[in-house]
Amino acid sequence: MKKNTYIKSYCTIQNNEIILNGESIFKSKSDLFSDFSKKAYQNFEINYSKFFKMDNLSKLALLSSELLLKNEINSDSEAKIALVFANKSSSLDTDVKYQNSISDKENYFPSPAVFVYTLPNICIGEISIKHQLKSENSFFIFEDFDSEFMTNYANNLLSSKKADKVLCGWVEYYNEVYKAFLYLVANEGKIDHNKHTLELLNKN
Amino acid sequence: MIKEVFITETNCITPLGFDVATNIQNIVSYRSGIELHLNSSLMEKPFYASIINDDQLNEAFAKVSSSENFTRLEKMMILALQPIVQKSKFDFDTKTGFLLSTTKGNITDLKNPSDNNINNVYLHQIAKNIADFFGFKTTPIVISNACVSGILAVSVAKKLIQSEMFDNIFIVAGDEVSKFVLSGFNSFQAMSDLPCKPYSINRAGVSLGEATAAVLVSSDKQNAKIKIIGESAINDANHISGPSRTGEGLFRSIENALAEAKINPNQIDYISSHGTATPFNDEMEAIAFNRLGLEKVPVNSLKGFYGHTLGTSGLLETVIGIQSVLESRIFTSLGFDEMGVSQPINIIEKNENRNINYFLKTASGFGGCNTAVLFQKIN
Amino acid sequence: MEALKLELKTKIIEALNLEDINIDDVNDDDSLFGDGLGLDSIDALELIVMLDKDYGIKLVDPKEGKNIFQSIETMAAYISANRTK
Repeated sequence: MKKNTYIKSYCTIQNNEIILNGESIFKSKSDLFSDFSKKAYQNFEINYSKFFKMDNLSKLALLSSELLLKNEINSDSEAKIALVFANKSSSLDTDVKYQNSISDKENYFPSPAVFVYTLPNICIGEISIKHQLKSENSFFIFEDFDSEFMTNYANNLLSSKKADKVLCGWVEYYNEVYKAFLYLVANEGKIDHNKHTLELLNKN
Repeated sequence: MIKEVFITETNCITPLGFDVATNIQNIVSYRSGIELHLNSSLMEKPFYASIINDDQLNEAFAKVSSSENFTRLEKMMILALQPIVQKSKFDFDTKTGFLLSTTKGNITDLKNPSDNNINNVYLHQIAKNIADFFGFKTTPIVISNACVSGILAVSVAKKLIQSEMFDNIFIVAGDEVSKFVLSGFNSFQAMSDLPCKPYSINRAGVSLGEATAAVLVSSDKQNAKIKIIGESAINDANHISGPSRTGEGLFRSIENALAEAKINPNQIDYISSHGTATPFNDEMEAIAFNRLGLEKVPVNSLKGFYGHTLGTSGLLETVIGIQSVLESRIFTSLGFDEMGVSQPINIIEKNENRNINYFLKTASGFGGCNTAVLFQKIN
Repeated sequence: MEALKLELKTKIIEALNLEDINIDDVNDDDSLFGDGLGLDSIDALELIVMLDKDYGIKLVDPKEGKNIFQSIETMAAYISANRTK
């Protein structure tokens, strides 16, 4: 018999606002993501200098996961939290930046620090490193958030016991247009985990 | 009861041939796809890489379609999938899935951004173009997870069939050698001036390559070529571009796959590893394999034949590995000369016959990712 | 040489996104890697690009970088001796 799974917590970041479990907990008037993300970083006292080396996609992923993972991880036991992320644009924002750095023959200085971020799964790596999550992880691309696929995939990780919890997310960033919708799936929680509730939560 | 999952069809399009048999013939003859290229549009100075010939590609594609609307990579992908699709005897309905694995897709279109080009750079678009060509009905699933993408796709497909989301899943993997990637690997000082030498003392980095590969993953035992019995993809949680010095993520991925398959490390008959010939990757693998007691298992890296084909590598090397199982022979780790890792591993130095019951495929990539998939011979 | 050292400190902080480090915090002989500024392998590669881009120095053997990038002091000395820009 298939066990029910639940959404333990969720976080949305868009339009310079951070909403945790349906409640707005941070808002900034800044227009640019770099300013907004810095203010959010300071506001939540994240204290992780590597943040500033990250590209925008990784900053977005880290901010949105931080609030959900804060209470899940303790130093006593290793958290078996899988990371399953998806978006539409892959790493296109950084791809364009990198492409520009190699376009001019006269000013040709490819940057390794930029190139490393031209893969979307790097944002998962950043979260894994910060929280020491040696867990199942994968990055998918869809035109839109695919609630049926994500539900199915997360449930499979839990039922096969490859993870105790799954941090799922839609982390999309391209050219100052961004949205993060992250949620933690577990075997207990208040909100039923299925494609309908996900679509509802994602709409807001 | 958990469903059994198999790979029932395979194909590949590479500089060593446009079907599996031709690829094997060339591997048996120790012929490599890596050559010296002089192409200033890709790189200022000459470089070693494994690149598909455009004339051969276009000639082959013309036999399949007269359409002018596909990018070079899409043509390569269509050619890989086409014979597999043609052979399939089931209707493409909501239980037929389609997975596409790529790291950069149509990234070459970023050079000349126009509305149409920039649209093609979106990975869901390349997947849609391929899906529409073949008439797949379900939303394509794209995996873009650095250099483990190709083998991760197999692991994902297995999960999706066991969760009963699909009965059959077509997978295609593809990446091109591009100025974008060549310059990037160069900026990392990770590209060798000579053809790559996996696990060797004088290894100096990767030789890039391009190819596409395709498989059909299914619960259909009748036509099975091999069975997928265990898989896991664990992150190192160490560094975004360098692997864990203790090979932690790879170690755990293999350990988990073994546990799922309920077999011991000493039952593995052959390992197709990642072996990119960078100083750090090869060393990390040697450490991980030793930690698991796998140091005596015959292991090869196929990067000496194909170069590092990025998002294709995991799947292409699996396709060749499946042939090793079917034909009971293992192939040399081309490019290897003198042992250059600190822990002993059993590098295959010449092509030879060997019966294989259990075959392990591993891969690792930027972002600290690792993937291990265990396969079992069908008797 | 003093001007160059100051210039290097500014450039490094900016190029490597060392957000919470001020120029005043960086001593000439602080180790850049490991315990000092805590730079990593990607930072080392970026410094190699900087040597080329800003000072016209192409490192033939990237392993040389280990000695050159030990501190601001060693970097300034090397650049002074080898710069073509």
